[in-house]
Amino acid sequence: MIAHSPGGGDVSLSGIPPETLVELYQMMLTIRQTEERLAEALVAGEIRCPVHLYTGEEAVAAGVCAHLNQDDYVFGTHRSHGHYLAKGGDLNTMIAEIYGRTTGCARGRGGSMHVVDPDLHVYATPIVAATISNAVGAALAATRKQNGGVAVSFFGDGAVEEGRFYESLNLASLYQLPVLFVCENNLYASHVRLEARQRNADIYKHAEPFAMPGVQVDGNDVCVVYRAAQEAVERARGGGGPTLIECLTYRWRGHVGPNYDLDKGIRQPEELAAWQARCPIKRLGEALVASGIQTKENLAAIRFRVDQAVEDAWAFAKGSPLPDPAELLAFVHVDRRGD
Amino acid sequence: MRELSYVQALNEALRQLLEADERVFLIGQGVNSPWYVGTSTRGLSDQFGSDRVVDTPICEDSTTGVAAGAAIAGMRPIVVHPRMDFALLAMEQLVGQVANWHYMSGGKVRVPMTAWLIVNRGGEQAAQHSQSLQAHFAHVPGLTVVMPSTPYDVKGLLIASVRDDNPVVFLDDRWLYQDIGPVPEEMYTVSIGKAAVRRDGQDVTIVGTSHLAAEAERAAASLEQVGIDAEVIDLRTIKPVDAQTVVKSVKKTGRLIVADGGWAACGVSAEVAAVVAESDAINHLKAPVRRVALPPAPAPMSSTLEQAYFHGADDIVAAARDMIEN
Repeated sequence: MIAHSPGGGDVSLSGIPPETLVELYQMMLTIRQTEERLAEALVAGEIRCPVHLYTGEEAVAAGVCAHLNQDDYVFGTHRSHGHYLAKGGDLNTMIAEIYGRTTGCARGRGGSMHVVDPDLHVYATPIVAATISNAVGAALAATRKQNGGVAVSFFGDGAVEEGRFYESLNLASLYQLPVLFVCENNLYASHVRLEARQRNADIYKHAEPFAMPGVQVDGNDVCVVYRAAQEAVERARGGGGPTLIECLTYRWRGHVGPNYDLDKGIRQPEELAAWQARCPIKRLGEALVASGIQTKENLAAIRFRVDQAVEDAWAFAKGSPLPDPAELLAFVHVDRRGD
Repeated sequence: MRELSYVQALNEALRQLLEADERVFLIGQGVNSPWYVGTSTRGLSDQFGSDRVVDTPICEDSTTGVAAGAAIAGMRPIVVHPRMDFALLAMEQLVGQVANWHYMSGGKVRVPMTAWLIVNRGGEQAAQHSQSLQAHFAHVPGLTVVMPSTPYDVKGLLIASVRDDNPVVFLDDRWLYQDIGPVPEEMYTVSIGKAAVRRDGQDVTIVGTSHLAAEAERAAASLEQVGIDAEVIDLRTIKPVDAQTVVKSVKKTGRLIVADGGWAACGVSAEVAAVVAESDAINHLKAPVRRVALPPAPAPMSSTLEQAYFHGADDIVAAARDMIEN
């Protein structure tokens, strides 16, 4: 067993403004309730496209994206609902996209694996590690524009096995580009456990050969993620180059779809239960109440509002039209002026 | 008009693009090398600095991904792979990411990048330093593919490619680098998607791509000596193919030869033949369509094999004479 167990420890709120803590809580809860509602819809057969749920990993997206402005870039993966929402993406259009509607964020051409909003500069694609170099390119563009922008590349532990991960670290370090490489180490790539795939499973140590800072943090503690990302973003904006942040976390659901994969012998119920006990939302909620920043009643009110927003999104999606088959060939190219 | 070599025209286009638009930058292996890219990038690094003329580490895939990410973020990158063979390492970025982003974002994301891939073959370089893979890219929706054959077109098509809001695969050929031709000094574009009729003729249409378009003109001059009046079309844009120009010509001549530097199977020559077969020009054909394309084998090394492998004007002439005289 590698050093990736759901260790204990209370959440420390130090250094984070109370209003930010509440925003982090609300964002994590929004992601959670959305993902769990999607699981219901998948079980009910309402959704056909592949859906990779982020339940359990909410602290990573929320903690990192809290530091980003609209002009900053986020490049994600097949499991990017959380990244999209935490970057400020619209919930209604994301759900509409997953339902294949014209009102979707990609007009029904992308689905769950391509949640996108170019105005917010958030992009996702399911080819493992493909977007890591794209994030480096966006960071390069940000340095050319001299707007202080940073790019965040979210990827899983499986992406570390791709050659392009190392190429991208090398390029970002060589050119000292403002990139955060954020590895969501959830222990599994599809059905294969980390130690069956990597001899050195301390992923943050891959930063060292590229002469960049690398840190390993509790990815189920949003405050820890927040502080690590803050340091990395400040360094990047200040011209200090890239950082690799390994967030130890766990996806509650299986690789794809609503199941837990417990019946397939892939993982044990005890492991899931141990990580569920360290739910990042529950941990922050308890710390907020213990510190007096929020009452239980206030947290319940937040949850009520979040649930209402989720239901509104479903109503929006289901009430939206499907694409017209006559538009099959739209958007293949940007139209050229006839000349 | 002033005359330049193909490689000088390419160099001028790069310089003018970099001067005219801050969003343009050149990135790839060997842009500062005296041999990787011929003399096509000569002087650019001195003029524009290493921020805009970026000689990269040896990582074709991520270099292409960097260009793609920068394009998504509003830049106009030119990523160069000095040998097309090495660009195979970047195929997922080009085919999976770059080509698809506009579509899979419902038209919201644009990737205005130019992937400049150089065909560099001959000289006993063998199978992995010889490939001409235009068909691989032309197969993919979302990718535009151009292959200029003249000094005028190499400048005009590069400028058009960089200014285009779509990703363009720009393929040039080292065998053309010393060809001389008229090139205006100012910036201009050659329209993407438009073939050029290089020579009017009545007896046979020869559609050529890149180096084979130049060879087709030489073939036409030879054919004239034996009384065959060939029409030569330089395809210039491989995708989208200019079907209208090809079909119109074949309806006039009734014969079609397609000369392409790639393999025949599922190749550009097959596509052009299919364009004609699917049009009413098929009713005008007086003879079966002929393809002058690479034999179904990897490129050999030894010179005797090389001479048998690569084709040119003589092969086009032989095909035309066989078609018309037999």
